[in-house]
Amino acid sequence: MRPAMLNQLRPALVLLVALTALTGLAYPLAVTGVAGTVFPAKAAGSLIERDGRVVGSSLIGQGFTGAGYFHGRPSATTAADPADASKTVPAPYNAANSMGSNLGPTSAALAERVKGDLDALRAESPGQPVPVDLVTTSGSGLDPDVSPEAAFFQVPRVARARKLSEEQVNELVAAQVQGRTLGLLGEPRVNVLALNLALDDLAKR
Amino acid sequence: MNANGWIQIALFCAVVLALVKPLGWYMTRVFEGERTPLSPVLAPVEGGLYRVAGIDARHEQTWLGYGLAMLAFHLLGFVLLYAVLRLQDVLPLNPMGQAAVAPDLAFNTAASFVTNTNWQNYGGESTLSYLSQMLGLTHQNFLSAATGIALAVALIRGFSRASARTVGSFWVDLTRCTLYVLLPICFVYALFLVSQGMPQTFSPYVDATTLEGAQQTIAVGPVASQVAIKMLGTNGGGFFNANAAHPFENPTALSNFVQIVSIFALGAALTNVFGRMVGDERQGWAILAAMGTLFLAGVAVTYASEAAGSSVLNGLGLTGGNMEGKEVRFGIVASALFAVVTTAASCGAVNAMHDSFTALGGLIPLLNMQLGEIIVGGVGAGLYGMLVFVVVAIFVAGLMVGRTPEYLGKKIEAREVKMAMLAILCLPLMMLGGTALATVLPAGLAGPANAGPHGFSEILYAFTSAAANNGSAFGGLTGNTLFYNGLLAVGMLVGRFFVIVPALAIAGSLAAKKTLPASAGTFPTDSGLFVGLLVGVILIVGGLTFFPSLALGPVVEHLAGSAGQTFGTGG
Repeated sequence: MRPAMLNQLRPALVLLVALTALTGLAYPLAVTGVAGTVFPAKAAGSLIERDGRVVGSSLIGQGFTGAGYFHGRPSATTAADPADASKTVPAPYNAANSMGSNLGPTSAALAERVKGDLDALRAESPGQPVPVDLVTTSGSGLDPDVSPEAAFFQVPRVARARKLSEEQVNELVAAQVQGRTLGLLGEPRVNVLALNLALDDLAKR
Repeated sequence: MNANGWIQIALFCAVVLALVKPLGWYMTRVFEGERTPLSPVLAPVEGGLYRVAGIDARHEQTWLGYGLAMLAFHLLGFVLLYAVLRLQDVLPLNPMGQAAVAPDLAFNTAASFVTNTNWQNYGGESTLSYLSQMLGLTHQNFLSAATGIALAVALIRGFSRASARTVGSFWVDLTRCTLYVLLPICFVYALFLVSQGMPQTFSPYVDATTLEGAQQTIAVGPVASQVAIKMLGTNGGGFFNANAAHPFENPTALSNFVQIVSIFALGAALTNVFGRMVGDERQGWAILAAMGTLFLAGVAVTYASEAAGSSVLNGLGLTGGNMEGKEVRFGIVASALFAVVTTAASCGAVNAMHDSFTALGGLIPLLNMQLGEIIVGGVGAGLYGMLVFVVVAIFVAGLMVGRTPEYLGKKIEAREVKMAMLAILCLPLMMLGGTALATVLPAGLAGPANAGPHGFSEILYAFTSAAANNGSAFGGLTGNTLFYNGLLAVGMLVGRFFVIVPALAIAGSLAAKKTLPASAGTFPTDSGLFVGLLVGVILIVGGLTFFPSLALGPVVEHLAGSAGQTFGTGG
């Protein structure tokens, strides 16, 4: 038995070291090299710059709260509590700690949170049905998109705050709606950061 | 539910089916040791590796030798990964200054990746350095996947050979699988993922100033190279905490579609490798048909349930299905499909939070894992798990007609059935035993985040996922504690190796048998009757074993939710 196990030891060691170097170092380095040359902007994280400053990534949602911006979905991400590092505090759209709410379908906490958000949105736009994605948290807490319905739902508020006509803002939203990929895959959506950047550009003109 | 949803599901099935034959052809050539289109480039690398390692490529091993080689390799891999995690603070490529991983978490993570489970008690972007992600996790993603495929091939050889002493060489199967199958596909796949927006960089996290003037730290890293093998190798351990729900880990609807296809691609193609190697492709299609039947039933239930939404939230006047924990770019159908696929195969990646699924929508992922992930399954693991069930189904058929059962000309006798039962019984022991322990111990009861039956489901899901080597989670459970890190790691190791070793023993004993010619009394195993019998055996074994636990969790929750009942305190 001893020689049998020893016979296995050399191939096990050599293959482990060689295949580790190949798959754990050479492969990711090669992909990084090629990707950095062929798709440099995407490999770096699809960052958006304005006036020389990084204002975000087109793929990562931001927590908009002002009335003059379109809002993304609620986010369940947290951060360490500055007062006590062993606890966490809510920190929406924390892009260094992605997570969902993990609240189950019969959670009283979930029902209460949704009810609170629903009441606020119904007060803002009475009589309008509230799109489901505006009162549910995303899986990552960093969802960059909302549904087209959720974007159009916010037009009256944004138009009022920006002193623009609803038609102008509606046109802006309509131009930002992305359909299903190849007409089939995924769902129609609006990228909230892109929409808000377009809104800022409109205001500058 | 709508027409587009069903079209997305149909398109997925069509693409997977179209890949079965070409991938099956290619992999058969790889494991038969024949020349492939990539041989001119890779054969010298392969030969060089064998020379340094002192491997004679023509020397084959008995099932025991094969198993010992596999165990020795895993032991060393485990030690290496544990060391990298514990030492990441002093090793290079740690731009964010992540601290060393704690001993219990490092033990859990090492067990998790070595067994192809990839349970995520670690937080990805908040815990691991780039070096740990690459040298630690990416390389184990490759090697645990290659091991799974190698073991399935060894078991296939048990069926295809007659009066043979050996089942192949573990070293050759491992090397050829990594070099010829996994690496080339992953290289192209990773570049595609970057083209969809997935980062691949060694730069530190980016500090952005948002339009409203807030600071946002955006985690990046060498994501694409890891995600490619994470999906193709059905590993599932994420670069980020939120896994494939994170926009950087799954940027577009197209990247999502390709990721789901890649979970199933190799596992489905292995049924064709099986058919080709035993000399009758119809045998492979029969196995795939049994898998497909169970799969489509699962997809229909989860899609319908998620599209209908949660009774509690619908009661507040919401429509549009259950979007809690889901991303807008995927919507209901692509999230439901992903959940069923990732638990049918032993992948465990998630593009939506299973913990927030409706009760019945979350029941299917749980059941998929409890059945042992034999629906396509983890690369390799699914096929050998399914073949273990085939042995039992054939045995049941033999009992019904009073003949010695045969499969592919091999007599199935007491030893094979005993080994099959050992493999089948160790899973419920770990899943239900672990759950039972956690529900009576304070350390276990401290875990769940949700109250009521959903809290029980969170515990059940954790032990099921660990023993089935899946790695997806009802993520509300606080699993990064000494109790859960330890007990779940044990579940993963038992769930992996107590299935592998009996499966190899079956391979060895079958290879040694003569192949009998088919006679008028032989039960045809490429028929619809056989597929029906196989599905029936799987459901009866799974149903009898697990129904009580499902009744206590998702079923009760569904009934309570339908009556509008909620659990726990608000806010």
